[in-house]
Amino acid sequence: MANETKGPIRFVLNGETREVAGLKPTTTLLDYLRGPERLTGTKEGCAEGDCGACTVLVAEPDGEGGLRRRSVNACIQFLPAMNGRSIETVEYLGRDGLTPLQTAMVEKHASQCGFCTPGFVVQLQAGWLTGALTDRQLVKDVISGNLCRCTGYGPIIDAGVELAALPVPDTSAADRALATRLESFEGEDVFSYEAAGGRWYAPTNVDDLADIYAENPDAVLVAGATDVGLWVTKQHRELPALIDVSHVRDLMMVEERADKIYFGAVVSHRQAREVLADIHPDLGEMMRRFAGYQIRNAGTIGGNIANGSPIGDLPPCLIALGSRLFLRKGEDIRAVALENFFIEYGKQDRAKGEFVAAIEVPRLTENQRFFAHKISKRFDSDISAVMAAFCLTFDGELVSEARLAFGGMAGVPKRASAAEAALLGRPFDAVAVEDAMAAMLQDFQPLTDMRASADYRLKTAQNLLKRFQLEQASGEHRRITGVDASTFGEVA
Amino acid sequence: MDETRIQDRGGAGEPGVVELDERPPAHEERIKGGVASPTAHDSGRKHVTGLARYADDEPELPGTLQVYIAMSERAHAKIVAMDLSKVRQAPGVVVVLTADDIPGQNDYSPVFGDDPIFPPTSGPEAIVQYVGQPIFAVAAETLGAARQAAKLAVVEYEDKPAAITFEAALAAAGEEGHDLLAPHEMRIGDVDAALGEAPHRVMGRVEVGGQDHFYLEGQIAYSIPLEDRDVLVRSSTQHPSEVQHNVAKMLGVPDHAVTVELRRMGGGFGGKESQPALFAAVTALAAVKTGRPAKCRLDRDDDMVMTGKRHEVRIDYAVGYQEDGRIAAGDFSHLVRCGYSSDLSGAIADRAMFHADNAYRLPAARILSRRLKTHTVSNTAFRGFGGPQGMVGIERVMDRIAFEAGLDPLDVRKANFYPSFDSGEEPGVTPYHMEVTDSIIAELVDELEASSDYRCRREAVRAFNAKSPILKKGLALTPVKFGISFTTSHLNQAGALVHVYKDGSVHLNHGGTEMGQGLFTKVAQVVAEEFQIDLDKVKITATTTAKVPNTSATAASSGSDLNGMAAKAAAATIKDRLIDYAAERYHVPREQVVFEANRVRIGNAEKRFSDLVGEAYLARVSLSSTGFYATPGVNYDRETASGRPFYYFAYGAACSEVVIDTLTGEYKLLRADILHDVGKSLNPAIDMGQIEGGFIQGMGWLTMEELWWDDKGRLKTHAPSTYKIPTANDRPDDLRIRIWEKGENRSETVYRSKAVGEPPFMLAISVFSALTDAVIAAGDGRAFPNLDAPATPERVLRAVEDVRGN
Repeated sequence: MANETKGPIRFVLNGETREVAGLKPTTTLLDYLRGPERLTGTKEGCAEGDCGACTVLVAEPDGEGGLRRRSVNACIQFLPAMNGRSIETVEYLGRDGLTPLQTAMVEKHASQCGFCTPGFVVQLQAGWLTGALTDRQLVKDVISGNLCRCTGYGPIIDAGVELAALPVPDTSAADRALATRLESFEGEDVFSYEAAGGRWYAPTNVDDLADIYAENPDAVLVAGATDVGLWVTKQHRELPALIDVSHVRDLMMVEERADKIYFGAVVSHRQAREVLADIHPDLGEMMRRFAGYQIRNAGTIGGNIANGSPIGDLPPCLIALGSRLFLRKGEDIRAVALENFFIEYGKQDRAKGEFVAAIEVPRLTENQRFFAHKISKRFDSDISAVMAAFCLTFDGELVSEARLAFGGMAGVPKRASAAEAALLGRPFDAVAVEDAMAAMLQDFQPLTDMRASADYRLKTAQNLLKRFQLEQASGEHRRITGVDASTFGEVA
Repeated sequence: MDETRIQDRGGAGEPGVVELDERPPAHEERIKGGVASPTAHDSGRKHVTGLARYADDEPELPGTLQVYIAMSERAHAKIVAMDLSKVRQAPGVVVVLTADDIPGQNDYSPVFGDDPIFPPTSGPEAIVQYVGQPIFAVAAETLGAARQAAKLAVVEYEDKPAAITFEAALAAAGEEGHDLLAPHEMRIGDVDAALGEAPHRVMGRVEVGGQDHFYLEGQIAYSIPLEDRDVLVRSSTQHPSEVQHNVAKMLGVPDHAVTVELRRMGGGFGGKESQPALFAAVTALAAVKTGRPAKCRLDRDDDMVMTGKRHEVRIDYAVGYQEDGRIAAGDFSHLVRCGYSSDLSGAIADRAMFHADNAYRLPAARILSRRLKTHTVSNTAFRGFGGPQGMVGIERVMDRIAFEAGLDPLDVRKANFYPSFDSGEEPGVTPYHMEVTDSIIAELVDELEASSDYRCRREAVRAFNAKSPILKKGLALTPVKFGISFTTSHLNQAGALVHVYKDGSVHLNHGGTEMGQGLFTKVAQVVAEEFQIDLDKVKITATTTAKVPNTSATAASSGSDLNGMAAKAAAATIKDRLIDYAAERYHVPREQVVFEANRVRIGNAEKRFSDLVGEAYLARVSLSSTGFYATPGVNYDRETASGRPFYYFAYGAACSEVVIDTLTGEYKLLRADILHDVGKSLNPAIDMGQIEGGFIQGMGWLTMEELWWDDKGRLKTHAPSTYKIPTANDRPDDLRIRIWEKGENRSETVYRSKAVGEPPFMLAISVFSALTDAVIAAGDGRAFPNLDAPATPERVLRAVEDVRGN
């Protein structure tokens, strides 16, 4: 076992140092804030990271003397994950009087019942401080994970736009001081915490992670807790041992090479988005619609794959690109094609004690064409009914390789092999697509559930292939979602 | 004025006018925050700083118990056995509550007595009727302990046939020989004859789905036991008096033994009208049984599974019309899905009927409404209270007639409007025999037609569609006429209590509740205006049954109409006493005592309001008063289905433009123009907020918000992960909302304002009609689409496939 620092959990809350012991490791940050701290400005709206009422601002040292800030949903963050981090709540933002955002919110009548308001305030403030708030569209994207049932959003967006126009204050001196303070909390390579029958390990390097997981193969790995958090808040499961992988530096890297990109497993969706968008704009657009902003801040691409969900948005995209997964157990590392990782619903090719370490994503080549699109009831932060991602490789006019991957069509993210076969060796034209659409009936027998019927899933899966062909033929990208109204001609 | 100085004057004789004018009053033109000013929400600063307290934010008293309510897993079943012994023995459990523990009536219903708090544990009534129905409750030291303990229950069910769908509900009603509630019918003219004589006839059906309220603050109640076994309940409720009565009824004590209070809700929308009584009752029972405070705060999923929603309605129509699109006769049939119990379904289904005409004169009409029982949660009030569902029917008819007759839907709508009040024509008469004497819809729609550039955009949409095979646009301009008053006439009453303190500051209380709609701000503005003092002199205080009794729910958009008037009356009473005092003391006629901005003119002298109040106190004038208001002249006779159920109508109109993707059914609202009548606005900023918020919420109802039950009757869309309300990106950037400047209530309401809570919700029907229009275009106008609501991408795609004959 590596060198270990045992709890208490040490963090900075609203500028004050806290040392917490005795609370169960699965105590959520929200319950801690609202309970022992009596900071009731942070609200519980759903306890599953879907409404944003519990948004708080978390900061950690960026390793270069400054801070890395992000907003997260306190409702699904476990308290020990805050070790070595700083948390700011809505009460703290206005400690010296109303902030410009708060003033704008009041003046623009951006609150009605007010219950969602603290979440919006923290979220917009976080977006502004991190430079994500630059224009109206980005304001809306930043609050995509915040629900308001009263206002219709207009005044909140307007307040955000007003904030976006203000220069971001230079906080570097204070940031450095806070970073130093947080770094002073750092102990040995592994932080561990035990209370009320629960154990928590937070290694900082991958070798320690491998060791700890090998010794505790029944422990639950947790990174952003955007899924595991719900096991506790919704399924009320007892999790006696957790391994927090979010501090493992080796798993945070993004390595961009000429032909492929390597992502460490705990790279957040927000970090991954820009890199993926660079591969193809459809990926950037998909990531813009992936969950809400706070979830993208916390959730990791390794988590989205490893949890094996049939409706994760990322796996079909990565499968279409021909990605590989690197899995590690103890000292052993193996690579597996992502599509082979998903065996059947609820079952992945992952041994006990084995974890996802990295993902290798090939870039597109000159002779490849890519398409990705998500179908859901709501544009933002919805789970897809169908997620389609296509990658075609051309030899001249003819399709030499077809990778048509889908989420929502089967118990696992799955390629449409019959449809792929129908495209091979042919020009990518309307006739070939008709055949591939027909062949898709052999590929999938999707379910009917609350997101969509089997018929609709099949029909849109087919039609998205048609859309890909139409876009390729016309050179025009005319989708309704994701682009502003002006794309559709002047609205007089 | 310095209070001690007044007291020091004690025996020094009465102060004179001049003596008390230590500082001459400032001559302000206008008070700050009076009526018609766009004053910010009174809690705005507290909202943005997180300092506004909701029920769960108040510090808990030591010893507070947390309550978890266990729910039925079956849609319809007999409880054969329920073994809770392990639950009782679980760690942390203090008390387990079942029907057997209830000392009084086991019911939390608003009217009909058919909502058991828990089903009886034995006997023929020991049945459950929906998945999620409360069956028992656990009060424990922590919520986690209560929840874990509840899992140890062993409940044995014997399933009975469950009606989950309309079809099953109809079949069950047939077998039973009756519906959940008796049908109701409204008639005017000879429909059958008029249908027979009309040159054109068309029939069709449209279904509109339900809706979860998704108030951000879930249901919560906190009960504190007092001496004499009295209870204080903090409840997040729109209806404190009903919560009070239900708790008292359950405990078997008089209403006076229960006090219910709340400062604010985190949203209500109708979902906190009848529903909160359940949680209040369960916590009160726990509190009384244990002598410890008890809290029940629902988890979001439990809230969505356990509590009622908007009614799903199926509307069948047959209409006869003239060549120019004018309706000759309309025959409407409503099937209303009520859920397992009556709740408020009768009045809700009635209101759907009251709005079956919307803004259109129907020379002959029949509206038949059946209220069906399903084994799903009991549906309840939701913004619009059935009105929106009724309105969708007639708006569908307008689109259909336009399609059949080859006319622009707007022209068909305009041809059918009720005559304007100033048109010189005979007023139109509604299907419930009320004359519409205040219609302004024609003028308002003309104005919106021009300002939204409807005709040009109609051409532009046509041109776009001609060139665009896959994306299709749709455009629609639809009106709203919404009846204001509780249709249960006796509910149209309200009370208020106003105190003026010696320093001139004012304490305001009334029976209305604040759920974000800005009611407290508006009523305070009314009181400030009445006294002519700045708004910050008026303290807004928590609603409590101990100050104003026997209140109606804050519902039916009536909050400011009723409570504003009551508070105005209370203030006027005190003001009258001040006038009497000043007139007598300074020997001036009463009419020479005039309240101006923060001062009172008495003859030729002036004094500050606070100084006059201080004097009046010394002169032993009562500075506290109740106020009361009852809306005059409203009535409705259900026997004859006629009367004047509404004091007036609120009007509005919206024009929406959408684009749909005919490959996927996805769509986007591109632009909406809204013109809405709020009479003379009490607060334009708050009214604008109600209009925009109502529109977007209505859009959610008609587009993406889908309630989906599986065949076992389990609601599968019970959290924000599966039930999708609009987000910021669903709001069009091009949203042009205007308050109708000419608005003035023709009825004598508070400062001639109009209610604004519900009417704007129905502006969103324009989005639904625009989607219909786009689908018609997708079929090149060959067929009319059977598009139901919510028009999810899936439903839009299916409608597109249908009109294309695929």
